[in-house]
Amino acid sequence: MFEYAPAPESRDVVDIKPSYGLFIGGEFADGTGTSLKTVNPASEEVLAEVAVASADDVDRAVRAAREAFGTWSAMPGSERAKYLFRIARIIQERSRELAVLETLDNGKPIRESRDVDLPLVAAHFFYYAGWADKLRHAGYGADPRPLGVAGQVIPWNFPLLMLAWKIAPALAAGNTVVLKPAETTPLTALLFAEICRQADLPPGVVNIVTGAGETGAALVNHPDVNKVAFTGSTEVGRLIARSVAGTGKKVTLELGGKAANIVFDDAALDQAVEGIVNGIFFNQGHVCCAGSRLLVQESIAEELLDALKRRLGTLRLGDPLDKNTDIGAINSAAQLAKIRELSDLGEAEGAERWSPVCPLPDKGFWFPPTIFTGVAQSHRIAREEVFGPVLSVLTFRTPAEAVEKANNTPFGLSAGVWTEKGSRILWMADRLRAGVVWANTFNKFDPTSPFGGYKESGYGREGGRHGLEAYLDV
Amino acid sequence: MTTSLADVAASNVTLRAFLHGLPGVDRVGADQRAAMLGTRSIKTTAKAEAIDLAIRMVDLTTLEGADTPGKVRAMCAKAVRPDPGDPTVPKVAAVCVYPDLVAQAVGALGGSGVKVASVATAFPSGRSSLDVKVADTAFAVAAGADEIDMVIDRGAFLAGDYLKVFEEISAIKTACGRAGDRQDAHLKVILETGELSTYDNIRRASWLAMLAGADFIKTSTGKVQPAATPPVTLVMLEAVRDFLAATGRKVGVKPAGGIRTTKDAVKMLVLVNETVGEGWLSPDWFRLGASTLLNDLLMQRQKMATGRYAGPDYFTLD
Repeated sequence: MFEYAPAPESRDVVDIKPSYGLFIGGEFADGTGTSLKTVNPASEEVLAEVAVASADDVDRAVRAAREAFGTWSAMPGSERAKYLFRIARIIQERSRELAVLETLDNGKPIRESRDVDLPLVAAHFFYYAGWADKLRHAGYGADPRPLGVAGQVIPWNFPLLMLAWKIAPALAAGNTVVLKPAETTPLTALLFAEICRQADLPPGVVNIVTGAGETGAALVNHPDVNKVAFTGSTEVGRLIARSVAGTGKKVTLELGGKAANIVFDDAALDQAVEGIVNGIFFNQGHVCCAGSRLLVQESIAEELLDALKRRLGTLRLGDPLDKNTDIGAINSAAQLAKIRELSDLGEAEGAERWSPVCPLPDKGFWFPPTIFTGVAQSHRIAREEVFGPVLSVLTFRTPAEAVEKANNTPFGLSAGVWTEKGSRILWMADRLRAGVVWANTFNKFDPTSPFGGYKESGYGREGGRHGLEAYLDV
Repeated sequence: MTTSLADVAASNVTLRAFLHGLPGVDRVGADQRAAMLGTRSIKTTAKAEAIDLAIRMVDLTTLEGADTPGKVRAMCAKAVRPDPGDPTVPKVAAVCVYPDLVAQAVGALGGSGVKVASVATAFPSGRSSLDVKVADTAFAVAAGADEIDMVIDRGAFLAGDYLKVFEEISAIKTACGRAGDRQDAHLKVILETGELSTYDNIRRASWLAMLAGADFIKTSTGKVQPAATPPVTLVMLEAVRDFLAATGRKVGVKPAGGIRTTKDAVKMLVLVNETVGEGWLSPDWFRLGASTLLNDLLMQRQKMATGRYAGPDYFTLD
């Protein structure tokens, strides 16, 4: 009876060029290597051709950053702040354009890029702009110095937000950067390059080199890079840690996760259901801190699952540009294959698979929201990061068992606790080995709050005062 | 009602244990959910359908000390034909008046299909004896009211005297009865959510009213702010959904007070659609208590049809 008519956000606000070069020393330049095509994962339409930076290109970018470092780091913090504030304001002014472009290139729903990603991106720049002239008061010594050139490699799940997490603190602290966006989602980083020019940021302070793994390796291994920051898979994180070992480069790694979202029998059930949905289906589950393991107290498991399944029936999957879409496209064919593989494995291992009735579009990469029940700790879907809209449901009997099961993973990025009992929240937070513990909420981000992992989820913190440490010589 | 719930009101102790055993409501989460649903973009055909549905759900209300028979007759004419220039505009669901004006409304609406609702029980404060409240209700029922909008005793609820509230609702429910073949008056129970304040209280009061026999639960009198906010409506919709699952009995919801624009009304319909589903998307199960909303719906309806806005003087006052 109440079918929502299509409500697509207009594409006209973005002007995608047929091809893009590299952003080095304040100028766009062709790469010397080949190029790659970036596609809209919702339609498989090719959006643009993007240069692949060779080792030589990376070297040019690092040299440009080194050259800019002298003036940028010598500039009074209050002056650097002006640039960052200006960038933040331009991001706000152009937020619709950036949101549409992000959705086109990444496949995430426009509701999320518009209401979550972009506001957070601007907030990060505003927040770190505020630190630029207060570094002496950050608790890292009387006059903390920047490190030099930061080589930053970011993932495809929150392309612009991860860029902001990397670039804003680096610049505030006086470093210059060479950033490599993911090969499937380079477009918003390239639009950000344009914004740097619009803000009159001195040439070479921000350099963007596009490409795939080899480009990233060339950047990370470049001898004149002082700091490596990486967000991505644990597998690649391990390679990076190995390659920079003994070089004196400072490293922060933000890697995978397999977060437990723990629901106690006294939780606010309707809000817990929302939190579970937000925890695992936000951004198609392409979230390193996704609540991919639901640990529910056995006494309410049935009731909660019924409510969760009913709620999943109302999720709207489809055109990411439609303002009413809740679940967009899987970012790439490769990621879709991985999600399929792990899901099939879940079934083969004996877990029960369930998805709501959910027609998938013919073109593009899609995966329905999926729940596995009857999952045991020993199943691979309870151990490995799926990085997709796939939830594993496990049960527990006592708070102690919940803690044990939650911690029984090689990862330790985030966790969620749902209970109306405040003392239990504190008791749990003390015992959970996770960088972030959310209480009665999930996937909540704020630039003032440090974020990072335990164990195989990486090391170092991003965000807040803590995030400055990674970019200061302390 | 299932036997397990039949004994819930055996004493204030059992009633309290049951109501306090309901899952809590996290305010931040409920606000967030309602805000997210408020971002739904309802356009073109969906908007046109939503506007007509919203018009059919309106309880056109006048509850002023200055109400007169003339004012009520004028409002009844508007209820039957909201836009004299456009016969395709549907009728509203009901008019809502004070008990002493029910007879006027019944006379003006006779046979039109628009229902007559009357507030009762020492509206809006509810501060009187049970006898007075029952008499107030019986007077309105005898005058021909199809629906009674009663207020609960918020003082008793906040003091923890749930049984008193329960028994009062039961007594009013009985007073809604009619002898012979004539249908009993439908009972809407106003919680006055602005005075209950917490969402936990709103959930408990919703269950209490439903257990006591409410046919509808209604947010507010319109005399207290905040009134029908989206999160409050969300919590009440969750309550009727859970009550149906637990007892097999379906109860309606009526947000009232503060719904002034088409946008507000459409947001309410989205809340219904995505919380309890289309089973509630009918005037039998969902009403919008409002006085000024109707003209905004008419204005937007005309805009949808013609592509332009007419000035306020092109829509009748009442």
